[in-house]
Amino acid sequence: MTTRPVTRRNAAFGIAAAAAALARPSISRAQSAGRVVVVGGGFGGAACSRALKRANAALQVTLIEPNEVFTACPFSNEVLAGLRGIELQQFGYDRLASEGVTVINQAATKIDPQQRSVVVADGTSFPYDHLVLSPGIDFHFEALPGYDDASEKMPHAWKAGAQTLLLRRQLEAMEDGGVVAIAIPANPSRCPPAPYERASLIAHFLKTKKPRSKVLILDAKDNFSQQRLFEKAWKELYGDMIERVALSQGGRVTSVDPSTRTIVTEFGNYTPDVANVIPPQRAGHIAEIAGAADATGWCPIDPVTFESKLAPAIHVVGDACLGGGIPKSASAASAQGKACAAVIVNLLAGRTPETPRLTGVCYNTVAPGYGFSLAGNYQPKGDIFAEVEGGATSPVDAPRELRAREAAEAERWFQTITADTFG
Amino acid sequence: MAAALINVPARAKRGDVIEIRTLTSHIMETGFRHTAAGDLVPRDIITSFTCRYNGIEIFHADLYPAIAANPYLSFFTVAKESGKFEFEWIGDNGYSSTASASITVE
Repeated sequence: MTTRPVTRRNAAFGIAAAAAALARPSISRAQSAGRVVVVGGGFGGAACSRALKRANAALQVTLIEPNEVFTACPFSNEVLAGLRGIELQQFGYDRLASEGVTVINQAATKIDPQQRSVVVADGTSFPYDHLVLSPGIDFHFEALPGYDDASEKMPHAWKAGAQTLLLRRQLEAMEDGGVVAIAIPANPSRCPPAPYERASLIAHFLKTKKPRSKVLILDAKDNFSQQRLFEKAWKELYGDMIERVALSQGGRVTSVDPSTRTIVTEFGNYTPDVANVIPPQRAGHIAEIAGAADATGWCPIDPVTFESKLAPAIHVVGDACLGGGIPKSASAASAQGKACAAVIVNLLAGRTPETPRLTGVCYNTVAPGYGFSLAGNYQPKGDIFAEVEGGATSPVDAPRELRAREAAEAERWFQTITADTFG
Repeated sequence: MAAALINVPARAKRGDVIEIRTLTSHIMETGFRHTAAGDLVPRDIITSFTCRYNGIEIFHADLYPAIAANPYLSFFTVAKESGKFEFEWIGDNGYSSTASASITVE
């Protein structure tokens, strides 16, 4: 699944930033208007760093991210299905660095909210006036007894990269007639429609290369995003290749045994040929270290300023925050990152932050040339983001030309968001 | 798919505490909702659940409108002898559903 971020304010923000960049000679970088440290260089953190620097070149912006190369999750289901090379998913931080963002390729290990500093793996400390955490997800292994991602027997492929390639190799190696199981956790989780897109594209691969095989979905949910669109597409494209066991049919996975590739549900055991087990999730570990995660494992925030409800002067964006109605996606992370940058610029200048309005569009590709989408607008309401009017989902009954057009749009969306964030 | 899912261990040692899980598909319509036209949607719920172990009732539950669709019940008993667990759900509009599972106690 893929998602598109645009906020009306961000569009204006970009124009203002461009004008500022023309007016302001680069020498003014030497004067610091404030220090912002951003932890996590995914769609949220990278978009936030860039927006901060573009809005005010005098800001000292430090991006802390252990990986030198970012591997994007949107379109990684295409990589699994053999439709796309992983290199098209990978992006570096050179352009951010050339725009004046200090990129530190180390893991953040400690956060001191009193001293307002972040310590990285080699012990270096980075002081901040505002800290933005965009750590994405980590897996909640305690919630899935037996799971061990090191065993490589049950790849999650829910963080793109080596895991994506591992699952790809297992799909390629499987005999025709095999069963590929996908275990799906309950929400909140990263990119809620993406497991169903994955089931679709794996079915496409199997139909093309191993037509006697099956996809078995073991689902901890009864209903899911864009369900009618997916189910219609499955029937049209894949017949009975995809079987789904929903929560109320006993689909919730309660434990696994990687050594025998056994998936245990409340009402039965399964031993598929390929087991793609997506474990339950929580905010990236640094959020817990910072004291920003609550008992759910996620980070409650003030949706106007993205400030943590638990740790002052720490903003949380992206998958790690409890966003309410706004799904955890690249689109949401990017929109939140930019909106959070605008908030910080205002706070540092002593101005009251504006109320963000976020728009996200999420694309699902279920086969080459067959896509659909969901668009939503979100605004703060109480402690969360609530969906407001103006959203739209692709019609369930639509000609194939529309599906083809949306598949092409999805591709353009990916080019746009990655260029906007890293290019 | 059958309306009910049952999980009873196939074998157990005498005296073991065993977990029994049941899940039955049911709408559990509360009777408090209205249609767009303003008509009341009539109540349609499961009202009781019973589990018998070799004919003796070992677990019973009354269900009410606040219970969500597809009721999932999990409970424990002591494995005393080989035999049969019988499950029965009874509800509004003459609803009745049964299921059973066997256990070997060593």
